[in-house]
Amino acid sequence: MTVGIGGWGSRRKPMALVRALLRTDVKDLTVISCGGPDVGLLAAAGRIGRLVAPFVTLDSVPLEPHFRAAREAGAFAFEEWDESMFLWGLTAAAHRLPFMPVRGGLGSDVPRHNPRLRTVTSPYEDGEELLAAPALRMDVALVHVNRADVRGNGQFRGPDPFFDDLFTEAAERTYLSCEQLVERFEGPPQSLLVQRQNVTGVLYTPGGAHFTSCAPDYGRDEAFQRAYVRAAQDPQAWRAFEERFLAGDEDDYRRAVDALAEETGSQRKDTSQ
Amino acid sequence: MTTTATAATRAEVCVVACAEAWRGDGEVLAATAGTVPALGARLARLTFSPALLLTDSEAMLLADPEDPTHIEGWLPYRKHLSLAARGRRHMMMGASQLDRYGNQNISCIGPWERPARQLLGARGAPSNTVNHPVSYWVPRHSTRVFVERVDMVSGVGFDRAAEAGPAAARFHGLRRVVTDLAVLDFATAENRMRLASVHPGVDVALVLERTGFALQVPDEVPTTREPSAEELRLIREVLDPRGARDREVRA
Repeated sequence: MTVGIGGWGSRRKPMALVRALLRTDVKDLTVISCGGPDVGLLAAAGRIGRLVAPFVTLDSVPLEPHFRAAREAGAFAFEEWDESMFLWGLTAAAHRLPFMPVRGGLGSDVPRHNPRLRTVTSPYEDGEELLAAPALRMDVALVHVNRADVRGNGQFRGPDPFFDDLFTEAAERTYLSCEQLVERFEGPPQSLLVQRQNVTGVLYTPGGAHFTSCAPDYGRDEAFQRAYVRAAQDPQAWRAFEERFLAGDEDDYRRAVDALAEETGSQRKDTSQ
Repeated sequence: MTTTATAATRAEVCVVACAEAWRGDGEVLAATAGTVPALGARLARLTFSPALLLTDSEAMLLADPEDPTHIEGWLPYRKHLSLAARGRRHMMMGASQLDRYGNQNISCIGPWERPARQLLGARGAPSNTVNHPVSYWVPRHSTRVFVERVDMVSGVGFDRAAEAGPAAARFHGLRRVVTDLAVLDFATAENRMRLASVHPGVDVALVLERTGFALQVPDEVPTTREPSAEELRLIREVLDPRGARDREVRA
């Protein structure tokens, strides 16, 4: 199965849905993502067969430790894309086109390591030979937004929509999680990012992007992210981390996160309603 | 040269050398990765390149580099990518490896199939380099960074752009590489990397020793210019009063 995951790096990732995925026995996933700890958690659990991504990062910690370890162990196939290729691959899928032409990638080693990439020649006077970014179609997209209604309309209230609407349009089915379920949307109409015709299911998951940021509802839980990175350095520490945070359901996760925040005296604001 | 100017630290010389990358650029986005280039872009905007656009490193365009709450526009990720594709941008990126033609690697060290050390991934380096001017910032000049061949070409160098054809070469143009020791550029017949200047107090021999390929060296190597008193004031009092620059460049 091919799963697209919205958000960007360690920002507004549908982490509650990723944790839910970890509780199932799905594996050999093809994951499409502007990667962050979503990729890290799935890689650590050995669920990724193929990864399609232009980068994987935790933002305040540049290198994602589980992604690094998985790549260095040769744990999955990797399609390394350029960011603009990635945008046009999603756009092609959202428009039911086989590809979109793009300059980014030409001359780099991206096409050398991805033999399925082809070029396309402009039929017009310029005759430019560009890369053809193949459509990034996916079976399922997972996206997290600030507000949603029960019909599947979704609103982002932070500074950046990332590619989340494109993910919902490129997927056969989309599952949308949200900080708040509302009956009426407030705020500018431009913030109504996701449309119900592109959404299969809505999930109410307050704190559902934790430990990534979900502006303006909450910032990244930097203390938790540091604990995650530390645990990832050592197999035994990682098993303890999994046991503490990932063995139960989402409520157990929230309780364990709050307990850690209390221990470390962190100032994390609980903004769930 | 004033007495204040000679008191500039190495980090301050680097900030000004980065700022110089955007001189004469006009109304383009000055995008950066790293503290010293970010300070350089803001300094250029406040002094000799007032038309530059700056971001808050998320989705906002800053009207006033001294006030992060004063915005003049919205530039979310996807619009940032289209602005880059239109060429209205000059980015100073980091580099884990660079070769003599300016091929850059931020993807991984060792064989790509199974790297010894996985890094970020290509990010936007492939499209940046074939769409608009790109410079690089290297806070520790060493033979680990300046290598004969990069392990993966993330950012495209002059030789690879030419090889890939007109669509790749058309808008390609690397500008300069600023390190903690020197300024390098590609102003040679074959666009090979050249030593443009050494920072005050740095020997040419040291730069050559810490470069893993044969740099083009002019007969007379100039010294990187010292910051002016006004530039030092802006760096120290306005842009970086807490001295974040010193954590990136050793004194």
